[in-house]
Amino acid sequence: MTKPDPAQMLASIDAVTEALAATGYISTREISTAIFLAHHLRKPVLVEGPAGVGKTDLALSLARALDQPVHRMQCYDGLDEAKALYEWRYGKQLLYSQILKEKIGDVIGDADTLDESLARLGGFRDVFFSRDFLEPRPILRALEEENGSVLLIDEVDKSDEEFEALLLEVLSEYQVTIPEIGPIEAVTAPIVILTSNNTRELGDALKRRCLHLHIGFPEADRERRIVRARVPDINETLLTQLVTFIQTIRDENIRKRPSISETVDWARALILMHAESLDEQLVRDTLNVILKRQSDIDEVDPSIARLAREAREQGGS
Amino acid sequence: MDKPLAGFIRALRSAGANVSTAEAIDAARTLALIGYDDRAALKTSFATVLAKSTDDREIHDRMFDLYFAPAASPELTGKEEAASEDEGERQDADQASGEGDSFTELAGSGDESRIAMAIQAAANQVGAEDIRFSSQSSWFTRRILEKLGVEAMEKRLIRHLQANTPEDEAIAQQLMDARSAMQTRARAVVDQNFEVFGAAATETFMNETVADKNLSALDQRDLERMRAIVAKMARRLAERHARKRKKHKRGQLSLSRTLRANAGHDGAPFNLVWRHRKKDRPKIVAVCDVSGSVSRYVRFLLMFLYALDQETADLESYAFSARLEDIGPAFEGRAFEEAMNAIISRLGSGSTDYGQALVDLRELAWDGIDRRTTVLILGDGRSNEADPRLDIFRELAARCRRIVWLCPEPKGLWGSGDSCMLEYQPHCARVTVCTNARDLEREIDDLLSVAS
Repeated sequence: MTKPDPAQMLASIDAVTEALAATGYISTREISTAIFLAHHLRKPVLVEGPAGVGKTDLALSLARALDQPVHRMQCYDGLDEAKALYEWRYGKQLLYSQILKEKIGDVIGDADTLDESLARLGGFRDVFFSRDFLEPRPILRALEEENGSVLLIDEVDKSDEEFEALLLEVLSEYQVTIPEIGPIEAVTAPIVILTSNNTRELGDALKRRCLHLHIGFPEADRERRIVRARVPDINETLLTQLVTFIQTIRDENIRKRPSISETVDWARALILMHAESLDEQLVRDTLNVILKRQSDIDEVDPSIARLAREAREQGGS
Repeated sequence: MDKPLAGFIRALRSAGANVSTAEAIDAARTLALIGYDDRAALKTSFATVLAKSTDDREIHDRMFDLYFAPAASPELTGKEEAASEDEGERQDADQASGEGDSFTELAGSGDESRIAMAIQAAANQVGAEDIRFSSQSSWFTRRILEKLGVEAMEKRLIRHLQANTPEDEAIAQQLMDARSAMQTRARAVVDQNFEVFGAAATETFMNETVADKNLSALDQRDLERMRAIVAKMARRLAERHARKRKKHKRGQLSLSRTLRANAGHDGAPFNLVWRHRKKDRPKIVAVCDVSGSVSRYVRFLLMFLYALDQETADLESYAFSARLEDIGPAFEGRAFEEAMNAIISRLGSGSTDYGQALVDLRELAWDGIDRRTTVLILGDGRSNEADPRLDIFRELAARCRRIVWLCPEPKGLWGSGDSCMLEYQPHCARVTVCTNARDLEREIDDLLSVAS
C-alpha cells in the first residue's frame, strides 16, 4: 500500500468525506468542512455534542485516513503542564549533578582562585535544563512530529481553567514555551481536535482560537450507514427497523438519549441473538443496551409494543 | 475585506453574536478558499469559523439566509454600483431633456434585475442598514424612492392631475400604479434590512432597558423578558464561579519545586514542597424579605434566588415576613411560578418582623453558618416597630464571614419611619442600594468572587 498524500486528501471538502469514509467514518458535510478548514486555515477544531456521537472517533479516523500518528491527551481536573506539555527527567538531572560533582575537578582544573573557578564554571555548557533532559508529553510530542500528526485533546471541558490557559499558546501559535529553554515551534503543524461534552462553558479565549463544530444525533440515513459500516453482517430489514426505533425513542421524554455508540452496540447484541427483526419481547430484553437509566427504561416501557410495531411498519418486515 | 462580507459581519454583530476581528479575518480567508459559488459550502464554512456555540450558530444561520437572500443579494454589490452610476447619468440626461423622468422609465422598463439593483443601490445610499425600529421603515422606503427620482415623477403626476382631461387622467393613473409597485418593492428591501440589522438590535436594546429599569417599575409585560435575563445572569455567575469552587487539590509533591528548593543539599530532598491550591468554597446563606412593603421587589428577588439555586449547590435560601422558613425545598423540582406562589402564599402575608426572623434564623441555620459563610440579606429593613434584635444580628455578624445587605430603598429613606437600616448597617460588611437587575448581578458577582 502506498502512503496516502495528506495534501491530496485535504484538497477539497468532498475529498475529506471520501478519505474518512475509507476508514469507516461516515462524515457529514459539516464535519468535512471543519476538517478541511482546520487544515487550510491552520486552526484547531473544537468539537461539541452529546456523548457517543463520534467526536473522539473523528480524530482517530482522521489520523488513520491520513496515516499519521495520533497523540491523545485525555483531560481531567488537575491536569497540568507536567502531564500535557513536558516534564524534566529528574532522575537523570540528579545523576547528572552527581557526575558533575565527580568531574568538577577536571572542569575547574588548576584554577587558583575562587573567581577563576566560577568563571570557568560559567563558560561551561549548562545542560541541566536542556533538551537532553526534557521528557516530551503528548502536546510537545505532537509538535515534534516531522510528518504531521493529529493531536486529540479529549474532553477539554473536564480540565480546569489554568489548563485551558496553558493550551492557548499551543492552539494559536503551534508552539510551547519552556521557560528554561525558550519557545519550541511545531515542525509540522498537527491537526488539533478538541472535544467537549459541555459539562462547563469553555473560556472565550479558547473558543476564539478554534473552529467550532457541533455533532448532534445523526439523521436516520446517516445512522443506517454508520451501523452498516460498523456491523457489516446486519441484514437490511433489521437495520432499518432498529434505526427507526432509535430515532423515535430519541423523541421520547427520557433523560439520557441513546447515541450512535448505543445503536451500534445494540445492533451487535441483536446479531449475537440471531434476531431477524424487532419484536416486543426482544426489545424488552435488550432495552438496557440503549437506555442506561432505570427511570428512562420505566418511562419507555409502556410504549415498547407500540414503538416496536411502528418500527416494523415503517422499516418494512 | 470585500464589502458583502464586511456587511455580513456587521449584521452578525448587530444580532448579538460576538465576532472578533480575528474571526473576521478567518472568515475572509475562508471566503478566499471557498468562494461565493457554492452557497451551501460557504454557509457551513462561515458557521464553522464564525459561530462559537450552538446559540451563535442559530443566529449565524438565520442571518446568513437573510443576508445572502436571493431577493436582494449583496453579492451583486459590485455590479450594482456600476448600475447606479449609469442610473445617475440617465437621470441627468432625462432632466436635461425635460420630458419624462428616470423613475417612470425605470419602473416601466420591466427589467426586473435592473429595478432590483437600482433599489438596492438606493438603499445602500440612504443607509438602510442603519434601520433599528420597524417604525422607521416608511421613512426609509420614501428615501429610497426619492433617490430613484420619485420627486421629478411626482411633479409630472401633479401636472397631469391638474390638467384634468381623460388622457391626463389615464397617465396619472399609470404613474400612480408605477409608484405603488416600486414602493412595494422598496418596502420589501427595507424590511429585509430591518430583519438583518434592526430586529435583533432592537431585541438587545429592549433587554438592556429592562435590565436597567427600576425593579419597582417593572410591569407584567417586562416580567417574561426579565425572567430570561435573570436566568442568563444566574447562569453566567454560576459558570464564572463554579470553576473556582472545584479547586480542591490533594497535596501533591511538587517535584520540580522540591528539586530547586533542595539544590543546596545536593539534590537530596530535605525540604519537600507540596502543591497547594486549596480555595474556600463560597457558601452563601440568603435571607429574603417577602413582606408587603417590598412586594414589588419580591418576585424579582425570588426569581434571582431561584435561578441561582438552580445553578449552584452552595446556596441556602430563607424567606420571611412574620416567620422565617427554608425555601430551598420549595424551589426543588418546581417551575418558578409554582415555587414562587407557594412561597408567597405561605409566608407573604403577615407583617414583617426582622427580630423574629433573626430568632428563627438562629434556630434553623445557625449550625450551617461559620467563618466561611457569607450572609446575604435582601430587604428594606422595615420591621414594623418590632424589636430589631440587634443582639442576634451582632452575634450573626461575629459568627459568619460577613453580612451583605442589599436594600431596594434609596439611602435617604434609611432610618425614616420604622426602618432599622441605620441600626443594622454598622454590623454589615457592605450595604448597597440595589434597584435594578444589573445592580444585583454586580453585587452577587462581587460576593462570589470575594467569598471564594
